Amino acid sequence: MKKVQKITGGIMMGTTALSVIIIIAIIIIMLVVIIIGGKDQLSWKFLTSFPEEGMTKGGIFPAIFGTALMVLIMSVAAVPLGAITAIYLTEYAKDRSWIAISVRFAVRTLAMVPSIIFGLFGLGFFIKFVGGGMDQAFFGGHLTWAQPNILWASLTMALLTLPVVIVSVEESIRTVPRELREASLALGATKWQTIRKIVLPGSRSGILTGTILAVSRGAGEVAPILFTGAAYYLATLPRGLSDQFMSLGYHVYIMSTQSVNVDQTLPIQFATTLVLLMLTFSLNLVAVIIRSRLRKSH
Amino acid sequence: MKEIKIKTKDLTLYYGSKMALNSISVEIPQNQVTALIGPSGCGKSTFLRTLNRMNDLIPNVRITGEVLVDNFNIYDKNVDSVNLRKKVGMVFQKSNPFAKSIFENVAYGPRINGVNDKKKLTEIVETSLQRAAIWDEVKDRMHDSALGLSGGQQQRLCIARTMAVDPEIILMDEPASALDPISTSKIEELIFNLKENYTIIIVTHNMQQAARVSDHTAFFYMGELVEFGKTKKIFTVPVKKQTEDYITGRFG
Repeated sequence: MKKVQKITGGIMMGTTALSVIIIIAIIIIMLVVIIIGGKDQLSWKFLTSFPEEGMTKGGIFPAIFGTALMVLIMSVAAVPLGAITAIYLTEYAKDRSWIAISVRFAVRTLAMVPSIIFGLFGLGFFIKFVGGGMDQAFFGGHLTWAQPNILWASLTMALLTLPVVIVSVEESIRTVPRELREASLALGATKWQTIRKIVLPGSRSGILTGTILAVSRGAGEVAPILFTGAAYYLATLPRGLSDQFMSLGYHVYIMSTQSVNVDQTLPIQFATTLVLLMLTFSLNLVAVIIRSRLRKSH
Repeated sequence: MKEIKIKTKDLTLYYGSKMALNSISVEIPQNQVTALIGPSGCGKSTFLRTLNRMNDLIPNVRITGEVLVDNFNIYDKNVDSVNLRKKVGMVFQKSNPFAKSIFENVAYGPRINGVNDKKKLTEIVETSLQRAAIWDEVKDRMHDSALGLSGGQQQRLCIARTMAVDPEIILMDEPASALDPISTSKIEELIFNLKENYTIIIVTHNMQQAARVSDHTAFFYMGELVEFGKTKKIFTVPVKKQTEDYITGRFG
């Protein structure tokens, strides 16, 4: 009996160790391949110049700029909406009221929807319905907003990242002690004054973490912007909300599937991937640091 | 007998279906210290929290009867609990300063009431800190975080914060239970001095404290007010057997 147990234990330990090794190996191989493939291409000039000669040479500046602008617009839309929803859920809604239950259910469902569905939704809702409606109403049917652009892409991405924002803001609001809310109310503060002056300042870092996680998720996703605003190639940067834009993730996809000369553009593809990875890694790292500080302070 | 500040009539409170206060009728005199004593779970803190409607925040609370402050029922439909709490301040068991500077903690109440004039705020803050007997300890570090103060200082800061709103009544929920003896005696001295300007109601587990600081004492047991009277009388010749047993330490 003892011996059997020993063998079972040994097998279990071996299996778990093996799983860990496999996972770490995959990450290391991935990173090494990407770094080796991209490091020679990566330079200041690569980051700051436009693609040249049918995107076989030159840099990726428009894709970096487009990604940054898109996540900025996305944050402007997603963070306030997400924060307000989180405030409603934690401060106003009764825990077992049907409205709180349905909002929570909606948020969870939203988080499970595959990203390509968001892309299709954006195409149908923002471009066809909202954009089409705007063109009918304000531009006499002239095609202006009923086509892919950076606004619709950013809003579509905002929907995708909304659950991330809601969950992290909610989490951090809950860490504000009840005693502080009571102290504020006992001084004759209204509920809203208490939220604005005590609860929100106390959950600042949570809101920040939520924003960063949303940005890092949004920066890496391609499917939602595929139909809603990302362009194959643009000679100029977007000049307004109704312009299309280039994005890092989409650029990687283009480079690996649509390139005129795959062998020649392979380094560009690797370097773009490397830039995208570094961007999302560093954003996540910042979020982790803020979060651990938040935990310590409570 | 001094004028009556707070009067409750058949005040009954339920948490869901559980009765926590059973038909409490009591008259609390103005500019005096009234101590609420009794074993844990007897309803004394619940009673205290009905006086500034802090129980409103807890779901499933049902209240019947009346609480009259200055002959005005605070559970009347037209009463705004926010305004009530400006008049009836509260100091909690665990000191709970905001994560702000010492100055901003005290200025919080006046600010939410619309006082923005820097000079006036400074004046209010200074007076409140002096009244709470903590001014000398903090005057040189007004803009440091309040969280850097000791427990006893934090509690006196919270008392100063409460006074900055200029209430008439101050409710104290075991304000010294988490403090060392020196800080406790400072708080007790403070309470004694405050009654000149405020009506004070204090919940305490400490019999000696109740005897030292209060003029009147109410003994609660199982949600009922067993006995109410002059502290001297309650602690020397209590009318009810239960009161005597409790204050002599035979139970509770």
